[in-house]
Amino acid sequence: MGSIWEYANPKKFIATTDKVLPWVSLLALVALVGGLVWGFFFTPDDYKQGSTVKIIYLHVPSALMAINVWIMMLVASLIWIVRRHHVSALAAKAAAPIGATMTLIALITGAIWGQPMWGTWWEWDPRLTSFLILFLFYLGYMALWSAIENDDTAADLTSILCLVGSVFALLSRYAVNFWNQGLHQGASLSMDKEENVADVFYYPLLLSIAGFILLFIALVFLRTQTEIRARRMRALLARERMS
Amino acid sequence: MIALLIRDLRLAVRAGGGFGLGLSFFLIVVVLVPFGVGPESGLLSTIAPGILWLGALLACLLSLDRILALDWEDGSLDLLATAPLPMEAIVSIKSLAHWITTGLPLVLAAPVLGLLLNLPDAGYGPLVLSLLIGTPALSVIGTFGAALTVGLKRGGLLLSLLVLPLYVPTLIFGAEMARRSIEGMDATPPLLMLAGITCGTIALLPFASAAVLRVNLR
Repeated sequence: MGSIWEYANPKKFIATTDKVLPWVSLLALVALVGGLVWGFFFTPDDYKQGSTVKIIYLHVPSALMAINVWIMMLVASLIWIVRRHHVSALAAKAAAPIGATMTLIALITGAIWGQPMWGTWWEWDPRLTSFLILFLFYLGYMALWSAIENDDTAADLTSILCLVGSVFALLSRYAVNFWNQGLHQGASLSMDKEENVADVFYYPLLLSIAGFILLFIALVFLRTQTEIRARRMRALLARERMS
Repeated sequence: MIALLIRDLRLAVRAGGGFGLGLSFFLIVVVLVPFGVGPESGLLSTIAPGILWLGALLACLLSLDRILALDWEDGSLDLLATAPLPMEAIVSIKSLAHWITTGLPLVLAAPVLGLLLNLPDAGYGPLVLSLLIGTPALSVIGTFGAALTVGLKRGGLLLSLLVLPLYVPTLIFGAEMARRSIEGMDATPPLLMLAGITCGTIALLPFASAAVLRVNLR
């Protein structure tokens, strides 16, 4: 094992991830199936929320990942700006749709839970609102990637957008908190889930969180490999056309 | 720098610059709102600060692609890039010119349009103040978006998609300040936050815009 920067070499990256990928995928499958089956069928109903509490096994991990994927993209963008490793830029590109999907899953499962519990599909609660804004950031990021033809330009522009967007996303989070307090005082619809969850729900939740993380790693590896191979193919085609 | 500013202003005011466009758009949005929500003056005066802020924001958005696109097309942006002026200064001047031609007229027009929406008396001062403080941030953020999409053929829609999420904090604090002072609450915190956002974006964002523009001119 040399330094971590060895994996900036696409060939080395593909070779290593090829070896790791089956294991990560298998573990992700085991953890996801284990966590979800355990959570859905072998935990009791909550005394207040009934069986709707079980959506927590999808909602919390996806919400967690929605934020962490953006942080991973931020780190990858920084690495691209500082060290200009193509794999890093491609990994950020590969992660964006996954993050957007996670955000969407979190929003939709939240709405499904909120309908019977809060009596509404949507509430302009700070948490919900900031997730919607995060989703918009993901959309803009992906749209910019797909709009620019030159790969390096696209990587540069999107990574700067990711940096600026991170600052503004954070700012929006606090702005939204502020804004909602101004509207309805103390209507705390959101509850601090970590503290409320009892042990019975806690362990399957941990397992499905692990499953989501592993799934994300597997998907990012796979999608980055695809991006690298697609780029190679384009280069080969271009070379053939030249000769 | 001043020469560049004067050139930009002149180009904007004379034909084809779309100087009055943002203002007319603002007017139309405000006129259309009562058609949409009904003419009750009570309802209108409740939503007036929000509508005025939203209209100003959209009018700003509409004129963003003019900041850089024209200079990009006729190649004067390349010339500016080779000038001794640093790119950060060029970008800042562009934002300033955009603010003077779009933001400032909006601020001045807002009280008149507030009259149409039955804005409460207590709201005029704070609304104008919040727009005056907030619109420079809109111009600076918009310049960043314009720099991102300058090389694209159909960048208009993408520009909106990129810039609107970035406008969220400015809009929230700006509209909140106007609303709070109408309701008689303490409007200082949102005012300070709004001023902070404006100062922060003016200080930092030109660096990002300049970096983006350099990439696009490469």
